[in-house]
Amino acid sequence: MNQTVVSYLSQYEFYDFLLALFKNNQSLLSFVIYLVLALAIVGMCATIGGLGTYAERKISADIQARIGPNRVGPYGLLQFLADGVKMMLKEDVMPFSADKMLFYLAPLLCLTGVFATLAVLPFSGGFIMTDLNVGIFYLVAISSLVGVGVFLGGYASNSKWSMLGGMRGASQIISYEIPVTISILAITLLSGGMGFGTIVGSQGGLPHQWFMFHNPFAFIATFVYFVGALAETNRAPFDLPEAESELVSGYHTEYTGMRFGFFALAEYIEVFVVCGVAAALFLGGYNLPGIKLDILPIQAVQFVIFMTKTLVLYYVVIWVRWTFPRLRVDQLMSICWKYLTPIAIFNLVGCAIWMVVFNGKSIAEILLGSH
Amino acid sequence: MLPAQFDGLMPVVIFMALAILLFFGGHFLSVFLAPKKPSLLKSTPYECGEQPVGSAWSMFNVRFYVVGLIFIIFDVESVLMFPVASIFKELNDMGQGGYALIIFLSFISVLIEGIAYCWRKGDLDWVKSFQHSLKKETK
Repeated sequence: MNQTVVSYLSQYEFYDFLLALFKNNQSLLSFVIYLVLALAIVGMCATIGGLGTYAERKISADIQARIGPNRVGPYGLLQFLADGVKMMLKEDVMPFSADKMLFYLAPLLCLTGVFATLAVLPFSGGFIMTDLNVGIFYLVAISSLVGVGVFLGGYASNSKWSMLGGMRGASQIISYEIPVTISILAITLLSGGMGFGTIVGSQGGLPHQWFMFHNPFAFIATFVYFVGALAETNRAPFDLPEAESELVSGYHTEYTGMRFGFFALAEYIEVFVVCGVAAALFLGGYNLPGIKLDILPIQAVQFVIFMTKTLVLYYVVIWVRWTFPRLRVDQLMSICWKYLTPIAIFNLVGCAIWMVVFNGKSIAEILLGSH
Repeated sequence: MLPAQFDGLMPVVIFMALAILLFFGGHFLSVFLAPKKPSLLKSTPYECGEQPVGSAWSMFNVRFYVVGLIFIIFDVESVLMFPVASIFKELNDMGQGGYALIIFLSFISVLIEGIAYCWRKGDLDWVKSFQHSLKKETK
């Protein structure tokens, strides 16, 4: 049986009150709760994605000693709303030679793939929409839809720049999925389960209880995952599919207006999801040091902890983008297949041997001798 | 009614439905808000101001197929490793760790063998064909 947010809420008294309000119709009530919370999460993630574009421009401006957007709203904070409205007001142009259906479908696939991953993101102990017992497996599988969307976007446009970007995007996303998946496998091995509840639950609140510092192999796996995740979300220095200085705009060259907006939204939310997964898998997730109580205010604190870790990683992603130059395609492929994949396999083997030799103890437990 | 084990899948469906709704809602809005003045020049594929020559749906480098093939092999292998990895700790706690490790390592060794073979064949080099034909000639 999967733990869901409804089954978590049902232990409180106000659930019974709500149930009475819905005339004891259990499934209707759980549908309404899911819908309301899903809308809240989507709204939050869209805002974070929008503010992500703002943060990206502001941080890049800081790094390059410029000012950045500062006209719309206080400190330019409402810039992303203005951009959104502008995108809606722009004309939708489609190349006459494009494959019309696939051209429409591509942003939808990106958006669906990203949104579906939000269902298993563990915001806090109780506030995880559904703690599927195959959580991380599901996330890896469903986020592959983004790769299909990127490739279809490039293919359907019937423009040479888009086609090149789409081809690069497809090969890059599928290639970097391997080191990412194998790094995740190492964590699955350590935690003994694929659900996010299990994975986060077998870590602790303090840094030495995180999987990142569990053993030296997991420490390397963290970085392998992070580099692979950067490549999977098409972020610089791996932004070859949309390399603006060589491919105009890559796979979304021909996209205008709302459809371009959906691509951008999907990309920024995906970065958030990827950072959230990194925080949950390697950095202890929502764990609060020392407190074992399970009441609603604690959930809020856990939520804040999770968001802080995620947003710090988000900042690192932006920082990396504006600090490192872009790779070449052959370098990209050799980094993936000749460096990251062997290192990831080495980490997996190392973690497996560590588990058997030290009986699943982390390095801190061995050194400090504590439980 | 669905069986109980599908209970947790409802949010997944809801999130997908929200994505589809947002997509079509955005389109619906932009139909009313956006101008619509189509012209032939506007809908030509962008090629830096030149008239596009031919279709973009042409042949592409065979390397992409090879990468795709290698990916499928590795992906299937890692999919098969997930169940083993998720019960590994349980087996270890039961004192079956060494047994599980041997099975796990023998499975991974197939994966390592695969990547070593691809590496040796030069399939991991992006510009393989040229370098390899050059090596053969110099020999």
